[in-house]
Amino acid sequence: MTRAGAAGVLVLVALCGASLATGVADLSAGGAESVDTLLISRLPRTLAVVLVGAGLAVAGLVMQTLARNRFVDPGIAGTEQSAALGILLATLLWPAAPLPATMLAATLAALAGSGVFLALAQRLPPTEPHLMPLFGLIYGGVITAGVTFVAWHMDLLQYLDIWLNGDFSGVLRGRYELLWAIAAMVGLAWWLADALTIASLGREVGTGLGLDYDRMLRLGLLIVAMVSALTVVVVGLIPFVGLIVPNLVSRLRGDNLRGTLPWVALGGAALTLACDVLGRVLRYPYEIPVGTTLGVVGAAGFLALLARELRHG
Amino acid sequence: MIEIEGVSFAHRGTPVLRDVTVSLPKGGLTALIGPNGAGKSTLLSLVARLQPLQSGRIAVDGMPVDRTPGRLLARSLTIMRQDTGPVGRLTVRELVGFGRFPHSRGRQTAEDHRHIDASLERFDLGDLAARGLDTLSGGQRQRAFVAMAFCQGTDYLLLDEPLNNLDPMYGRQMMRHLRDVVDGGQRTVVIVLHDINYAAAYADRILAMKDGRILADGTPAEVLTPDRLEALFGYRMEVREFEGRVHVLHHGP
Amino acid sequence: MAERGLWIAGAVALLVAAVFLGLGLRGNLAFVLELRALRLLGLVQVGVAVAVATVLLQTVTANRILTPSVMGLDALYVLGQTLLVFTLGGIGYASIDARLRFACGLLVMIGMALVVFLPLLRRRLSLTLLLLTGAVLGILFRSLTALVARLIDPNEFAVVQGASYANFSAVPPALLLPGLLLITAGVGVAWAWRHRLDVMSLGPDAAVSLGIDWIPAVTAVLGLVVVLVAASTALVGPVAFLGLLVVALAERLTGTRRHAVLLPAAALIGVAVLVGGQATLQHGFGGASTLGVIVEFAGGLLFLVLLAGGRRA
Repeated sequence: MTRAGAAGVLVLVALCGASLATGVADLSAGGAESVDTLLISRLPRTLAVVLVGAGLAVAGLVMQTLARNRFVDPGIAGTEQSAALGILLATLLWPAAPLPATMLAATLAALAGSGVFLALAQRLPPTEPHLMPLFGLIYGGVITAGVTFVAWHMDLLQYLDIWLNGDFSGVLRGRYELLWAIAAMVGLAWWLADALTIASLGREVGTGLGLDYDRMLRLGLLIVAMVSALTVVVVGLIPFVGLIVPNLVSRLRGDNLRGTLPWVALGGAALTLACDVLGRVLRYPYEIPVGTTLGVVGAAGFLALLARELRHG
Repeated sequence: MIEIEGVSFAHRGTPVLRDVTVSLPKGGLTALIGPNGAGKSTLLSLVARLQPLQSGRIAVDGMPVDRTPGRLLARSLTIMRQDTGPVGRLTVRELVGFGRFPHSRGRQTAEDHRHIDASLERFDLGDLAARGLDTLSGGQRQRAFVAMAFCQGTDYLLLDEPLNNLDPMYGRQMMRHLRDVVDGGQRTVVIVLHDINYAAAYADRILAMKDGRILADGTPAEVLTPDRLEALFGYRMEVREFEGRVHVLHHGP
Repeated sequence: MAERGLWIAGAVALLVAAVFLGLGLRGNLAFVLELRALRLLGLVQVGVAVAVATVLLQTVTANRILTPSVMGLDALYVLGQTLLVFTLGGIGYASIDARLRFACGLLVMIGMALVVFLPLLRRRLSLTLLLLTGAVLGILFRSLTALVARLIDPNEFAVVQGASYANFSAVPPALLLPGLLLITAGVGVAWAWRHRLDVMSLGPDAAVSLGIDWIPAVTAVLGLVVVLVAASTALVGPVAFLGLLVVALAERLTGTRRHAVLLPAAALIGVAVLVGGQATLQHGFGGASTLGVIVEFAGGLLFLVLLAGGRRA
């Protein structure tokens, strides 16, 4: 491992430590009670944050590769919102649905949502790279409006905030294990890294190099949709991780996914952990959901990303 | 007269124009030729104040382009870019009619309508006048935009690759129309051309540009010599004279 | 077709207004009529302001899928109000005159627009980059609002919450007159500029070539949009897709983008949609407070149809 890599892992470990140490219950007393708090609440929460953060960052990278646009991610391109729509529909049609059924509905909706986004985004002129995220924001807004409409109609408005604002405070042992599937998706992305890099050059070049572009597209969409659906089902919508982290990594390490993917995963985990811990200490002992802190941090980060282009015009 | 004095321009730190000084007297058809990235379009857009000047001075009939009100300049100078941008639901006649905006500010008079009719006729758009721009082919739309520029009635017409989407028939027709425009009145046409032979056939004067500098300036016969062309494009071309006109055989092996 | 479309829009708007005023009159006629007339005045103002603002924004950006809310203008207004609650406390906020709050909100918006958008405009950035920056700023404002809200005591947040969703049935009466003045002035200016706007819709290069000084002209138009959006947000709260719906309908009905026709047509249709929707909901089904949700949903659906129909941005 390079020195930079070691430093990165160290930062992540430090953040995990902070996450384990932060909370209302005092662990310094020691004893069985503290161990229980650690094992039932703190550790699962920290693991969930790491999994979700890494997964969303990788999903963002995959999305940017498929859309051939640096400014999209599952939260901007309507994938997470579609997943919320799927959960809503599942709740409506089968109120007592077991978790796997809800999960399936969310995944299918996320697949459809991101598929439609990519299909529509192809119509946008490639000379205007900033139009696609703008379009995605409106698209996500439309889906949110649809979700709000249905939820209002069916008297489910109180659930809306749970789905649309990510929050790790409800994560306990036994209620997050589904998230381990994200690790499998990150693994799939790692396995596909070279093909994804080629796909980022476009359909023509990819096909010319013997890549089955449509299969690539389907697999990529599956990664994006699964990660988004898992995230929204378990903790709710989390914005911007998939946008900020791949952009930062790309500036520092280039665009060869085989080399950058671990960095993206690590960066996503670190950013989400930092924002979660921040939300826990900002108005201690109350908690501010990670969706809210990441909204502020992420939007500011997005502006910083745009700043370079704003300067040069 | 268009006077360009000591104009340099950089895009994101990359120099595009380097200390260009040239003047274009009124009248005549001047062609700008040169390899891609030579700075032809940038020079044209600076003259037309589409981009702000970074250094140097440009004046059109004595009016500095960076300090003269846009409305005033629009009566003596117009530009048509190669990328005509998005077009809404406009008919050809409506578009051409916009050429009268600098004169009538939107309230068209009988004289404006005469100008519009004349432009439509000159560019063979009479049959298409009522058609929507979104229903036209790229070449037809291109002609409509040139007709709008013509309808503006300015002394100077700057055209950035107006032959881009045109087939040989319409390309030739467009150049003949422009030639007529120059010959018929006191109008001045400055045009960026990729096809050297169009420049050879229709231009009075050729400005050859490379790397942001003007490499050669003169009549087609003066500029289009094998040595100059090689300096410009980097390979040897044969030049033949046929029926009193210069032809550049640039497709050879 | 253009003139006929305008007449149809006018007739529908009049009819709808008459129905709104006259349907199911009971009890004290003078009192009920006065109440309804005031409400009608509020709805007419919002319909006109949103329609005209959307037309203006779409024209200067040469983009048919944009609405002012995309640029985060209404979010800015809500953030301003939230900050007022934060600094003054709920009771302090409630004790300020509504007109003063409106003036503060308007000043904050214009100030922000001057500080943020004007320098960006001067650099001749592509408008899509500008809009994307605006959109991200909008997210930042919304996230900050959420964050500040979490920091405020939950009880006090209720005061703001009322201002963050569109509510068409409770237009604050104190704001009717200032709103009327601002909107009338704004619409008057837009009408005076109708020919200039036609030329600006050709894009910056063509417009400059036709004698428009692009930067001052765009600055002025965006300033007008800010004022109109501020007025309508103050009256009913943020509306996202209403403008999109109204302008697309107007364009379909009149078949033109000429501002001499499109501006009045869009304004009339804006009135017809809002007043008609409110009348239907009040006398037909559902509660009156739901018009916002329905308009947003319908506008959102239309947005998708517009895109799927292949009409490019």
